[in-house]
Amino acid sequence: MIETSNLTGERIRQYLSDGKRFDGRKLDEFRDISIETGVSKNAEGSAKVKIGKTEVIVGVKMGVGEPYPDSPDKGNMMVTAELLPLSSPRFENGPPKFPAIELGRVIDRGIRESKFIDLDKLCIKKGEKVWTVFIDIYSLNDDGNLLDAAGIGAIAALKTAKMPKYDEKGEKVLYGEWTERKIPVSKETPVAVSIHKIGNNLIVDPTREEEDVSETRVTIGSSEGVISSMQKSGLKELSIEEFKNILDLVEKVERDLIKKIEHQIK
Amino acid sequence: MTKTFKRPDGRKPDELRPISAKVGVIPNADGSAMFSFGNTVAIAAVYGPKEHHPRNQRNSAKGTLRCNYNMLSFSVTDRIRPGPSRRSTEISKITEWALEPVVMIDNYPNRVIDVHIHILQADASTRCAGINAAIMALAHAGIPMKDLVSSVSIGKLDKQLVTDLTKKEEDWEEGEGATDIPITMTHEGKITHIQLDGKIGTKQLNEAVELAGKATKKIYEVQKKALKEVGGKE
Repeated sequence: MIETSNLTGERIRQYLSDGKRFDGRKLDEFRDISIETGVSKNAEGSAKVKIGKTEVIVGVKMGVGEPYPDSPDKGNMMVTAELLPLSSPRFENGPPKFPAIELGRVIDRGIRESKFIDLDKLCIKKGEKVWTVFIDIYSLNDDGNLLDAAGIGAIAALKTAKMPKYDEKGEKVLYGEWTERKIPVSKETPVAVSIHKIGNNLIVDPTREEEDVSETRVTIGSSEGVISSMQKSGLKELSIEEFKNILDLVEKVERDLIKKIEHQIK
Repeated sequence: MTKTFKRPDGRKPDELRPISAKVGVIPNADGSAMFSFGNTVAIAAVYGPKEHHPRNQRNSAKGTLRCNYNMLSFSVTDRIRPGPSRRSTEISKITEWALEPVVMIDNYPNRVIDVHIHILQADASTRCAGINAAIMALAHAGIPMKDLVSSVSIGKLDKQLVTDLTKKEEDWEEGEGATDIPITMTHEGKITHIQLDGKIGTKQLNEAVELAGKATKKIYEVQKKALKEVGGKE
């Protein structure tokens, strides 16, 4: 009852071959994006992102813990994602299923590999105490492309996040009290853009129906034209030609997307 | 009663925080709503009535109202691990009990209505905000009901009764400390939910219930207004 029918899929493919989409967008056009930061005041940073009817909320919290043995002087980061049953009749309660796990991991790598967070600055005492940045993503309404929305939300929440106060003598975080210092992040804004292949066409920002009939997806995390993470998902193969076209398309939409994000995060 | 008693945020004892309510916040849901008391913000979404899975939990005598209360990990200053906890499991059940008396669940044998409640930002009274959002979401989804319910926390700080506790008040330590009494009432004034943590005499408890009656009437007006603005979902 909630799957997209074959007939609808057929129509989507027909439209795309004429360069059209159901909602009148061009193939390389995003829906309207709106970003609201500071939406949950107990978080160190937070953001609500809407892309069309798709909506996510992302919050950043800081904790203090032990560093990993292979990076004794670096802070840690952790991304979790929950696809809330509140956000779609398709999602159910229970342990996270693959889509939620993949979402968290793709966003994690996008942020980690772009070196957006300066983890070197999050060391409190080498080998003993470092900050951990928790980035928690929740879907509020799923109308396709939660992934890109989550990526934007994570960046917006991090960019506006403040460091909590830390009691050095008592060696504990004074939760609920903040310093004026921002979480150390780079000036460049990394983004994750997902390209979907439907029939012989490549599109950005799929709606729920379009995502349902997508044959393969490539999500590319990049910043200033440098690609730092990538994930292909789905069963269909890609030709070298198609892969090149995907890279070109990412380059084309990325700059505009970054502009939109930076404009809305104050 | 001490004459010098002052609430941390300067409210009068029987004064609610600014409340706001909005219907239709989750486009995918059959019904949805947001409700807030000051800095406490809850959203609720309803899916159903729909087929009840797993099958063995079906009730052939009446439908099932299934609530799920959850706090987002970053809704409180000290991050909570995502996922269910003992606390959230209990509040989910309490919420079902608070709502079901007014929901005409008999109309839906073998079916289930899911109510998902999430706390986006917490400053105490989260279960009350959740219940207030949930009943609005149910109304928005067009589920027939006999009445609305409205929920509020009444507190006793030292010896003084107050309406709608904040986190700061919940942690009150002076004198007799804090007693927290979340209460849910129908518009007719019947109690569908009451809990209590702390200590209080029977006389004062009766006063607390009266205070809740007054506060829930105010909340009811805000809920009704928000529902009227939107009407049922198409």
